[in-house]
Amino acid sequence: MFDRPASARLAMPAMIVAALAVFVYGLVDLDFSPSRFINGLSQLGWISMMMIPPDPGSSLPIYLKALGETLSIALLGTTLAAVFALPVSLFAARNIVPSKILRFPVRRFLDSIRGVDTLIWALVWINVVGLGPFAGVLAIAVSDFGAFGKLFSEAIEGADQKQVEGIRASGGSPLHEIRFGLLPQVLPVIAGQVLYFIESNTRSATIIGIVGAGGIGLQLAEQIRVLEWQKVSFLILMILVAVAAIDFISSKLRFAIIGPRAVA
Amino acid sequence: MTIAVSILPEQQLAALNAAYGQAVARRRWRLLFGAAVFAAALLLAAVGAEVNLRTLFTYFGNFVSYFDRIFTLDTGQRAWTDAGEWFWGWRKWLKMLGETLLISYVGTLTGAVFAFALNFFAAENTSPAPWLRFVVRRLLEFARTVPGIVFALIFVIAFGLGPMAGVLAIAIHSTGALGKLFSEIVENADMKPAEGIRSTGASWLSCMRFAIVPQVTAGYASYALLRFEINVREASVMGFVGAGGIGQELVVAIRKFYYSDVSAILLTIIVTVFMIDIATGWLRGRLFGKGART
Repeated sequence: MFDRPASARLAMPAMIVAALAVFVYGLVDLDFSPSRFINGLSQLGWISMMMIPPDPGSSLPIYLKALGETLSIALLGTTLAAVFALPVSLFAARNIVPSKILRFPVRRFLDSIRGVDTLIWALVWINVVGLGPFAGVLAIAVSDFGAFGKLFSEAIEGADQKQVEGIRASGGSPLHEIRFGLLPQVLPVIAGQVLYFIESNTRSATIIGIVGAGGIGLQLAEQIRVLEWQKVSFLILMILVAVAAIDFISSKLRFAIIGPRAVA
Repeated sequence: MTIAVSILPEQQLAALNAAYGQAVARRRWRLLFGAAVFAAALLLAAVGAEVNLRTLFTYFGNFVSYFDRIFTLDTGQRAWTDAGEWFWGWRKWLKMLGETLLISYVGTLTGAVFAFALNFFAAENTSPAPWLRFVVRRLLEFARTVPGIVFALIFVIAFGLGPMAGVLAIAIHSTGALGKLFSEIVENADMKPAEGIRSTGASWLSCMRFAIVPQVTAGYASYALLRFEINVREASVMGFVGAGGIGQELVVAIRKFYYSDVSAILLTIIVTVFMIDIATGWLRGRLFGKGART
């Protein structure tokens, strides 16, 4: 009597079965064989044994320099992206540009930049400026430009209109409205986001070296290829420590800027 | 109605003015100091990253012309004038794309299952023992801080070239990321049902099964879908290190300067990512109502 209709009761198991079927098909299609898996696991165990203890050998100075490069790439790339994204994001915000026809291309443009992974941008820039950290800076700058454009425009759309109207009422020009009505509201939010991105870009910057765009990823990929496992584990440890340190500093700064209330 | 404006004596006013001036000056100095530190850091970073504006300006034409080149066919025509020629390899690319999607699906599902198993140990309110919580949390942290592609590089050596390495790398990274999010959902769950079940003498396992899980499944599924979206992007570059998927084709096309192929594959990836974004967004909306995307 209290039973739900059969169709509703069967929907959940049917979905689970379908999901599992796709999963199993995937395992088969992607060449998962138990013997290969076990073989790989024993290899992996062997590799982890080789990693202990982490040891930089004699290349510690090189690694420190590479880490510095990575941090530089993250900082510069994010700053460049933020500087270029701010004016563009104004054009993507509903309350600044009411016309949908004008907004639409800007948004799709930002979306397509965002749809391309940072690593792919890195490959493109390597073709333009050659191997090295500069290509990394440009790659991060471009791919973050897309992300920032979207986030900034959302922050601008969330801003309070009353202050803008106040400026307009006192006879301010549209530029005044943006400068005195909008920016003071939006800047702390934007600063918080930029800091957060510097943090997450430290992570991305560690990997763009894998395709040759400078930084610690380059060293990491090289050491993995020549099977110097002790150096690999040392490099991974370095990355972990660096990311933790940046996390700590930037969250302190973020709270200093946006106040402790806005925990995002 | 009259408004009384009290005019302070000269002396008092001067003191207040000075205090105000000081406060403003202090703020300005702090801002200036911050800006100076930031500028110095940027300058240092510019040296560290070997920024060379001359190279940029000399070769910036290359960047623009690169896009010109990738949209030009070998025959010299614009790519979109001859779609058949442009997407000549679509059969192969679609197959690789399917592989990419499968990699991210299997990886996400595996990661979600592991995250599901681990997150109860990582949450403040359900963890059976503090030491266990500490261990599990550090484990999850490790799994999500090491970039997925680094895991992929190592797995390619352990498991051989191919999509298996990509799947495992994505699974580990997803375990770390989802485990954290899942445990945060559990921490927000209502503990009264759990107490009720515990009071009947049930074990920890049944408390989780009958009190916590029913509350959190919707949130879990929502985050897992979001993760799938991110993993499709991630899987599209896994091929760069030999871990399967469409990235392999792309990196070959870029390295060998098959220009029109680059644009064709890139477009395929972008369109797929869009479609996945839209599809999962729609699914999330259907399953959990609006505002599920946080």
